[in-house]
Amino acid sequence: MTRQPTAPSATPAWIWLPAGFGALLLVVPLVATVVDVPWADLPELLTSDASRQALSLSLRTALGSTALCIALGTPMGWVLARTHLPAQRLIRTVVLLPMVLPPVVSGMALLAAFGRNSLLGGALEGFGIRIGFTTVAVVLAQMFVSLPFMVLGVEGALRTQGVDHERTAATLGAGPGRVLTRVTLPLIAPALRSASVLCFARALGEFGATITFAGSFPGITRTLPLEVYLVRESDMDAAIALSLLLLVVAGVIVAATHAQPRRPV
Amino acid sequence: MRTIYCLIAVCALLSSGCSSTSADEQITVLAAASLQDVFEAAGEDFTEQTGVEVTFSFAGSQSLVTQLAEGSPGDVLATANEKTMDQARADGTVADPLPFATNTLTLAVAPGNPKNVQGLDDLTRTDLLFVRCAEAVPCGTASDKVLADLQTTPVSEENSVTDVLGKVTSGQADVGLVYSTDVTRSQGAAEAVDFPEAETALNTYPIAVTTQSDAPAAQRFVDHITGPDGQRLLQEAGFGTP
Repeated sequence: MTRQPTAPSATPAWIWLPAGFGALLLVVPLVATVVDVPWADLPELLTSDASRQALSLSLRTALGSTALCIALGTPMGWVLARTHLPAQRLIRTVVLLPMVLPPVVSGMALLAAFGRNSLLGGALEGFGIRIGFTTVAVVLAQMFVSLPFMVLGVEGALRTQGVDHERTAATLGAGPGRVLTRVTLPLIAPALRSASVLCFARALGEFGATITFAGSFPGITRTLPLEVYLVRESDMDAAIALSLLLLVVAGVIVAATHAQPRRPV
Repeated sequence: MRTIYCLIAVCALLSSGCSSTSADEQITVLAAASLQDVFEAAGEDFTEQTGVEVTFSFAGSQSLVTQLAEGSPGDVLATANEKTMDQARADGTVADPLPFATNTLTLAVAPGNPKNVQGLDDLTRTDLLFVRCAEAVPCGTASDKVLADLQTTPVSEENSVTDVLGKVTSGQADVGLVYSTDVTRSQGAAEAVDFPEAETALNTYPIAVTTQSDAPAAQRFVDHITGPDGQRLLQEAGFGTP
């Protein structure tokens, strides 16, 4: 921000063509969705029982999984940034893997771990605990795909932050706990915030792992994306109305995380 | 850009299909996805007997009907229910459909039926995890019909009949309401428990020559499917006779 303002570097004319095509590819489907929205019926479509149930479930599960991601992901990021584990690189790769896995593969993986025929799921079933077809399964699916975003955000922030401030605080007599709460966490707060927003967005949009692993039942496992996918079969207007809702939420999230416009270099 | 590539690909396919044979020795059949295995086998028999090449396009019935209305080429249309065929008739894309197969609902359970499911009444048992199709999809409409008098508590209402079957074959659910041909196609991963009430929700598959078709072979293909050879293959796959 303190850099001298420089003139934008010369842009070759041809760059506009591929850039324009790319922008069209992204913008046209979004605009087309908004154009298709049945504005007159919108309030009715969005306040139907099924829509409200799906929205409420989506918000509750996404908030819950985001809270759990903060609670577990922050320590994970800390461990990866500040300790020397054997096979650290391998551990990081495995931890970040769900971020790039196709969601349906995540669903299969969760089934293999928590399904009724799995070791863990079978043992839990012995205690009368069933995960499949419950809201817990939805939260697990959301956490599986969004936790890596939290780990990555925290680890990255801690690494760029360095340890100078923490050393200084320790030299001045602060214990490790006090350094963590009074120095480290405030310093990485912005990164923590944007990582949480990303987690929430990813959890809200979760579809593949949920439908593979959790099932689809109104109010219990049928989140907003699943509801869109279902009503699309019978009521295109309702599907588009719900899509608009998710689109608006996504817009707010992107605006909140990338609010700072960047000037050309 | 993509449209252009698609056009090139389609042109290449069409020209290679037409190059060596005259127009009435090649037909295009649009058929519901659930018919794929049977129709491909029947198509081979048909080509062997008549020398007519058959090109298939398998998709959901609704998509096929929409494609025809939007000018997609096709000589024969076979859909998975009468509702979609009625729509094609209303569009004016087909004439005089004939029913050629039926599909009934059945209960899919794990091989060996470990939970001892005997019929529809078992679906009210509280120790069973029951999965079905959601009301909004065609198999869900049929399910509603047979379950009308029962108080069932499904743990999940899936988007498609294959999703229901998947929950049973993966062991997540104990019993699922699916079509009998789905169980046949699962090749032993699930077992069917038939129930008499299924007769009230028969799903009929109609077939018709399209109005745009001028290939005499189109009617011969319809005759082949409704004739003994086609019917034998359909029955082997678990379809019923209308």
